This record gives sequence, C-alpha cells and structure tokens, in this order.
Amino acid sequence: MMVIRRFEEEAARNYAKGKIGGFLHLYIGQEAIAVAAAEVLEDRDYIFQTYRDHGIALARGMAANVAMAELFGKDTGCSRGFGGSMHLFDVERGFLGGWAIVGGHLALAAGTAFKSKYAGEDRVTICFFGEGSTNIGGFHEAMSLAGLWKLPVVFVCENNQYAMGTPLERTSPLKDLSIKAKGYGMPGDRFEGHDVAVVQERLAKAVDRARSGGGPTFVEIQTYRFRGHSMSDPAKYRSRTELEQRKQQDPIVVVREKLMGLGIDENSLDDIDIEVDEEIDAAVRFADESAPALEDVMMSTVLAREDGA
Amino acid sequence: MAKIIGLPKLSPTMEEGTLVAWIKSEGDEVEVDDLLAEVETDKATMEFRSFDRGVLLKILVPAGETLEPDVPVAIIGKAGEDISELLAEVAAGAVSAAVSAAVPAAVSAAVSETVSAAAAVSAPVSVPESGSEGRVLSSPLVRRLARERSIDLHTVQGSGPRGRVVKRDIEAFPGERDASGGAPALRGERLPARVVKASSMRRTIARRLTESTQTTPHYYLTIDVDIAPLVDARRAMNAELEAAGKKVSLNDLIIKAAAIALRRVPEVNSSWMGKEIHYHQVVDISIAVAVDEGLMTPVIRDADRKGVMQIAEEVRDLAARARDKKLQLEDMTNGTFSISNLGMFGIEEFTAVINPPEGAILAVGTIRNEPVVEDGAIVPGKRMRFTMSSDHRVIDGATGAKFMAALKTLLEAPSTMLL
Amino acid sequence: MREIRYREALREAMFEEMERDESVFLMGEEVGHYQGAYKVSEGLLEKYGERRVIDTPIAEAGFAGVGIGAAMVGLRPIIEFMTWNFSFVAFDQIISNAAKVHQMSAGKIQVPIVFRGPNGAAKQVASQHSHSVAPFYTHIPGLHVIQPSTPRDAKGLLKSAIRSNNPVIFLEGETLYGVKGEVPDEGVDELIPIGESRLARAGADCTIVTWGRPYYTVLAAAEKLAAEGIECEVIDPRTLRPLDTELMVQSVKKTNRCVVVHEHWPYGGPGAEIVDRLQREAFDHLDAPLERVTGLDVSMPYASNLEDKVLPTEERVIDAVKRVSYAK
Repeated sequence: MMVIRRFEEEAARNYAKGKIGGFLHLYIGQEAIAVAAAEVLEDRDYIFQTYRDHGIALARGMAANVAMAELFGKDTGCSRGFGGSMHLFDVERGFLGGWAIVGGHLALAAGTAFKSKYAGEDRVTICFFGEGSTNIGGFHEAMSLAGLWKLPVVFVCENNQYAMGTPLERTSPLKDLSIKAKGYGMPGDRFEGHDVAVVQERLAKAVDRARSGGGPTFVEIQTYRFRGHSMSDPAKYRSRTELEQRKQQDPIVVVREKLMGLGIDENSLDDIDIEVDEEIDAAVRFADESAPALEDVMMSTVLAREDGA
Repeated sequence: MAKIIGLPKLSPTMEEGTLVAWIKSEGDEVEVDDLLAEVETDKATMEFRSFDRGVLLKILVPAGETLEPDVPVAIIGKAGEDISELLAEVAAGAVSAAVSAAVPAAVSAAVSETVSAAAAVSAPVSVPESGSEGRVLSSPLVRRLARERSIDLHTVQGSGPRGRVVKRDIEAFPGERDASGGAPALRGERLPARVVKASSMRRTIARRLTESTQTTPHYYLTIDVDIAPLVDARRAMNAELEAAGKKVSLNDLIIKAAAIALRRVPEVNSSWMGKEIHYHQVVDISIAVAVDEGLMTPVIRDADRKGVMQIAEEVRDLAARARDKKLQLEDMTNGTFSISNLGMFGIEEFTAVINPPEGAILAVGTIRNEPVVEDGAIVPGKRMRFTMSSDHRVIDGATGAKFMAALKTLLEAPSTMLL
Repeated sequence: MREIRYREALREAMFEEMERDESVFLMGEEVGHYQGAYKVSEGLLEKYGERRVIDTPIAEAGFAGVGIGAAMVGLRPIIEFMTWNFSFVAFDQIISNAAKVHQMSAGKIQVPIVFRGPNGAAKQVASQHSHSVAPFYTHIPGLHVIQPSTPRDAKGLLKSAIRSNNPVIFLEGETLYGVKGEVPDEGVDELIPIGESRLARAGADCTIVTWGRPYYTVLAAAEKLAAEGIECEVIDPRTLRPLDTELMVQSVKKTNRCVVVHEHWPYGGPGAEIVDRLQREAFDHLDAPLERVTGLDVSMPYASNLEDKVLPTEERVIDAVKRVSYAK
C-alpha cells in the first residue's frame, strides 16, 4: 500500500514538472482495494481496470520503475510508451489493462471469463470500474451476458462517490448500487473499502464463487479518493471538511494502527517507509533516464504479425 | 435578352485568333468596354472588350482555343436567364458550320457538358475545370507524352471536354502515330521530322513575305560606311548620359540618320498602292524585332522629328513589349520604311524582304574592324555595310542610290544630322 | 470446381475452420437455433453444439466485447452482426478496444476476431438498415476490412480472416447471399490472402475498380460497353484495408483512365482512397479525370423507384466510362 501511495505522490510531482503528460488519475485513498484483490487472486487469473490503474498494476507485482517509465512515455515502460498512465498492461501477470472508455472494458472481462468457461480453465476474471460506469450501456450488456452465461467474473465497483465531479446522488436513483446485481441474476455485495483485511475477506467470497462455478458477483466497495478525478481537477465539488473526515479513514493509517495493535514495532513500519521511498525515487530516476518511445515499434504494432512471431 | 458573343475581328488581317485567357469568369458582371478576354492574333495579344452589358452567363470556348472571327465564344445576358435555347443554337450552328472541325467540337463539348450537368443524377464528382490563364488544358498523360516527344501542346487541337488535349489528339498528331508509349527510336535509326503546327503569327509572316517577294520587284543597293565617327559620337553621347543612367545604341543613331535621309530623299518614303503612289508625309520607321515565335515590326513614329534619346527609349519599350506580346495593333501598323539589323549576329551584310506596302527596307550589318587607307596610309578602321531592298515600282535605282549616299554622309559626319 | 452460393461458401468456410481449430466459435443473434437470420450458419449448431455456436441476446456492444475479450486470451471468435447496421452500437468495442489493444499493449495482446454479417442495402429496408459501412471501418488503423464479391472470394477470404491474428471486419451482402459461383471442391483448403486485388475482367480501354454488390452491375455494364467497342478492365480489390493498388495502377497505366464504382456514399471512404492513390501513383498516365460512381449522397429512401436510383446503376457506370473515354 505504501508503494502505491508513494508512487502516486511522485507521479503527481512529476506531472507538475511536466515529465508526465496527458491524463493522470491517482489512486490515493483507494489502495486497500487493489492490495486486497491482489492477495485474493491466483497468478493465472485475469484483471481489468479503468484508467485509474496504477494501484492494481503495482499490487499485482509490476515493478514501480516499469510503471513510472510508462507514465514518462518511455520505451522501458510496461507498454513501451504506447499506453501511458491510463493504459498499463502486464500480460504476464494477467493484468489485461487499464481502459479509458467508461464502461467499455466490462464486456472484455466477460470475454476472458467466457474463454475460461469455453476452455474449461480455472481462471477467474476480476473487473474494476467506478460507480460512474454503472449508468452506461456497456455495464448493462456485460452484466447481462455474464449473468446469463454464468461466467466466472467478479465485477468490482469502486464507488469513490464521484463520477468525475458529480456525486452519486445526482447520477443514480439508488444509494445502494449492489442491488443492481439482482437485475442480472447474480449476487451482490456491498462494504467499505478502507480496511484491507475486510476487503480481502469479502472479495475472496466472490472470487471463490466464480472459481467454483457459481457465476458472477457484483461487488460495490465504498471508497474515497483523496485527490481530484485527475490532475486537472481541483475537486471544488466537495468540502474540505468532507475530505478531512474521510482522511480519518485513510486505509494506510487504518492498516498501520491495526499492525501496531497487533504488536508490530513502529520502527519496523518506518523502515518499510524508507525502503519504499528509495524504491520510488529509483523508479523516477529510471523513468527519467530511460530512452524515449520508438518509432519503429509504433509502425510494427498497429497490426499483429500474421506469421505468429 | 441574352445574346451570343462571337470572337471579334481584332485586326484588319486577323483570320483567326487564339483565346489566350478569359479575364471575366462565368457569373461576372460585365459593363460595356469591360475587358472580357485576351486574344492572340497574327499581330499581337489584343484586348477583347465587351460591347454588351449584363452578366457573363456562359463561356463557350475555353482559353487556349484558336478560332475564326464570329465563332461564338460566350453568352452575355441577365443573371439567371435561361440560355438553353441559345446553347442549342450554338450546338446546332457548330455542327452545321463544320468549317474548322476542331473548334466546333470544343464548343459543342462545352455545351453538352452544361446540358448534361443539369440533368445529372450521378454523384457530384464531375466538377468543371478552370480553363483560364491561357494554359492548354491537357491530361497528365498527354503532358508527359508531350514532354517526352517535344510537342508544343499549343499546337495540338484538343478534342476533350473544354478543349482538353487527350491521348487520342496526340495520337492523331502528325508524326505521332506511335503515341501509345512505344519505345524511343534507337540510335542510328532515321528519325522523322518533328512536325509542329504553325502559329498564327508564323502563318502571317509566311503569307506576307511570300506575297512581298512574289509581287514586289526587289533590287538591292549596298554601301560601305566608315562608322568610326558614329561610334565615337555615340561614346561621347553616352559619357554625357551616364550620369542620368541612360544610353543610346548605334542602332538608335542609325534610325535617326535613316529618318533624316528619308526627309532628304522623300521619294524613298513611299508606297506602291496599285494605281497610285503614296508619298508619305510622315517618317514612321518599322523596327524588326525578333521574338520567340517569329518577328514583329513595331513602329517609331515621326522618327525624323524625335531626338535620339527619345528614339532610344521608344525602341527599348517597343522591343520589350514585343517580346512580352503586349504590343497593340496600332504599335505595329502603318510604318513607311523598315530597318532590320543583324549586326549583333556578326552578319556583314544581307538583303531583307520588303514589308509591304512600304517601299524599302534597310538591312544593317555588323561593325568590321579592318585596315583602311587613309591619306595614303593603312590605319585601323571601322566599317559597316548597309543594304537597302527597294520596290522598283516606286523607287528607281538612282533614287535609291541617292538615299544611300545621303545616309552615308550622315553616318560618317554625325554632326550633319543637326543641320 | 463446382457452383455454390455465396451463403454456402461462407458456411463452408466456417465449418472447415471450426473443424480445424477448436478455438474458433460463432456468436451472434439467431446464429444457432434459428439457423441464422440469413441462414448463413445453418447446420452449425447441430454439428458443434451450443458451446461453439452461441445465440446471444440483442446486445451487440456486449457480445462484441465478449468476443474481443475472448480473443485477447487466445480464442478465435466469429461474431455475427445480424446486419452491419447494428454494429454501430458496438462501434466503441471495435474501435476503442479491438483495434487499439495490440498497439496499446506494445504488441503483447492480439485480437484474432472476425466480425461478419450482411452490409449495405438489401431491398426496401429503408435508411436505418441500408448502410454501407466500409468507410467507417476502413478509416481505422488496426483493422482489416474485407468485402468479397464472389462465392469463391467469400470462402477463401473468410478462412483467411478466421486465421488472421488481427480483428477483421468482414462485409457480406444480403443480395449477394444467393449469388452462385465457382468454388474449389470441398476439402480444398483454398486461402485467399488478405490484401490482394483480383482481375475480374481484362480490357484495354478503361479500368473499373469495384467491389461488393456493384461488382455485378459493373460486369453487366462492361458487356454492354464491349458491344460498343469499349473494353473495360475490371478489378476487385476484395480487401479494402489493407488496400492493394498495384494491379489497379498497372491497369491504369495501360488504359489511362479509371472509374471507381461503389455502393458507399461519395464522401471519403475506400472509393476516395483509391482515387487518391491512383492519382498519385499513376498521375502521368491519366488521360482523363478519375471518376466515381457511388451510392447517392442521401439517406436510403424506402420507395423502390428511388432506391434503384440511389444505388449505382449500369447506366451511370456506362455514362462514366464514356465520359472518361471521351466517347459519345
């Protein structure tokens, strides 16, 4: 969780320095969810995420320097500079991408789950999206088909309360989104996302259901992002008081207190922080010093080679 | 009421004219005396001005076409007026006339294009091309073939829409039977002559000079002149003029000398007009100027009464305009005597063909640096030969000789020109 | 060789490829129990069962996306759109996902998927059901776009499309499904390469490039023109992206003129692309402007008489050929 937090903070700093371009959506405040999901999943499982994708990529094991280099648009990045912040990929670890059209990737997740079922493979797909996605048609069609065909997929709605700048009460007639699950013939679950242990326990149930042939689950996790929607968002639509209240439930503070409650020495936690600081600093240096993205790769990756090479 | 506008006869001798460029476009307002188009005649590029007021509703013949006078070239009328009847009339007339096969084809193509455009159901892909600026409309293929075969496209009659020169026109062109891309001739093979259609200027020159040599009894008088004094006089004059950034040429001085000689021997300044002889009261000297496609003869009016400076300026202006095809008809007509100078090519002496109805033409050779006998001694000298071709019907040998002697006197003692 | 219908040729291609490769499956509306809205998939369900012949709800964006997701992890889906008009609700899936992910993942993820179905006007199905969609999809790097005119091309190209490692837009035609033509005997595994034009008729006077439904209009017009002494050379690109212009350029260098005939609208699209490339690659050989005969620039009317006018007709093809040939 500290890796994600520090990574995001450094990303913000380097965005301000102009080293990172385009859109940059930070995961600060939501870290517990990605970390818990990574714990629950097997290496062979598939993961889809939106454009707010640094957290899950890092949690899944992508090296911070490879992720940072992608944000810097470098050839050493995980997508060799073709994806950027919104389109991290780590195919070897089953992380099938950050996707940046709201609602567009849910059907893809149903598709990989379809493949698991078609080929009789024991692979679960987990698909993250925001509460803003639940109003678009892509959500509806993907959930319909997954429910209809009992696909091994877990749809995880990270409800961070704001669809860009619009609060949930102005985008949805429902307060409890998990009841949507019923309409697609699948179970729903709903819980808070600031305690990594809770998230892990509840997600495990949904993943186990998918793995054991019980079909899809729709999970709504209530969370909060401490930063704006993206770097260009001053987040004026919410009050200082609200933000401060939420920060009382900062997942990192929560886990730290929990660990200390379990008798873990505070110094050893500080040591972790220092280690993480060094890792992220190195990642920024690596990204900065890496060679830029390559034109020949651009020309050769528009289409896949037909000879299979 | 719209009316068909025919190509006007822009010079007395114009048998055909080439529409060099349309100045007005379809849809333009036209006032009386507005410039409609430029037309190249046998003489020069002339202004084709409107006699009508209204809107230029239709251009029937694109720029680049060569036409006879009175061939319909445009329709002028009120904005929005229905001209379909006139177009039909033009098309019908064009087919029945069949005087010059190529021209009506171009006209009828333009007409049929307009008619079919109104009824077209097909996709809007048939956009009319602009045919202005005097360029020859031709297909890219034709331009390549013309480049490869050194064909001047101005000389090829186009049969495509708006007179576009297309492949078949090149194929039909004399000597271009193998235009479809056959291999170039191998070395050692006999190449046929390159055949080029004569321009209207060329044909006018041919006709007039043939007529002159066939109907005018020419005879020739040559005289050798010590030109050193004139060369010295010129040098002195130019030294004076240098500050003003001006200068005169030897030829300008010769024009002046000839003009004065014509005053002194006025019988030479005359024309045979069949049953009459015209003795000209003015001395208007035609100057032969070589241009790209032939020869032009702009006229220095009243050369006898003008100073050398003024003659120099007029000659420069006329020569420049001749090369730019900007001469007006009045710049080139009604000369009374001609001068042709080939000295710059090193020609020692030559005989020129009289430019009717003028009575004579003076041919000027180059300056020869040669030893001359002066006061019994051989010294370096400068000599120049003048040959006058005279029309024996109006100028007898002795009259001609008198003129040549007067000319020699003036040239050898330039100060006497002031007398 | 034997004569079969275009519809049967497509069906054979799918049978053969599903037989050959377990990862190939067919998904779409009414493809299974209904036997295909246009009977292209008739018999496939009986042979391969519900696992591989999958009826879907009416949810093009959903099942297109499912197909793309499955392709990303190794399956070779054939996604049938009942007609290409319905692909518009799946446009985002095809463009933002199928066409992008290969490059977006720096070449790590492939999307070997075929989207197929009837394209263009049928008969009096009016404006929402008569789209000729090639211009939309040919615009997109990362896609192949194929539009076969004959049964043989349909079969050979569909087999190649299924084996391609890239997303393929495969445009059929409702009015073509019944067309008969020679196709190699069953069991002959003829693959027609993606991106190769075909000479459909030889002639020295005028080149015509055409594909899809107007292909037959053009061949009929070419016979009439031949009777008047104008021999047309007809070239069918077959694949619209990637576009093979070599044969066209060679032909235009011979005939010095070309008419492009297509059903799609005149504004942009493969028709305009072909014209653009020919004017560049054969400029010095052109004796006339390149012309196009296209679907008229209007929404398709329902009324039969008007629909006939909107689609390219023999008369319009003949007029265009004569215009560029400077013939009366």
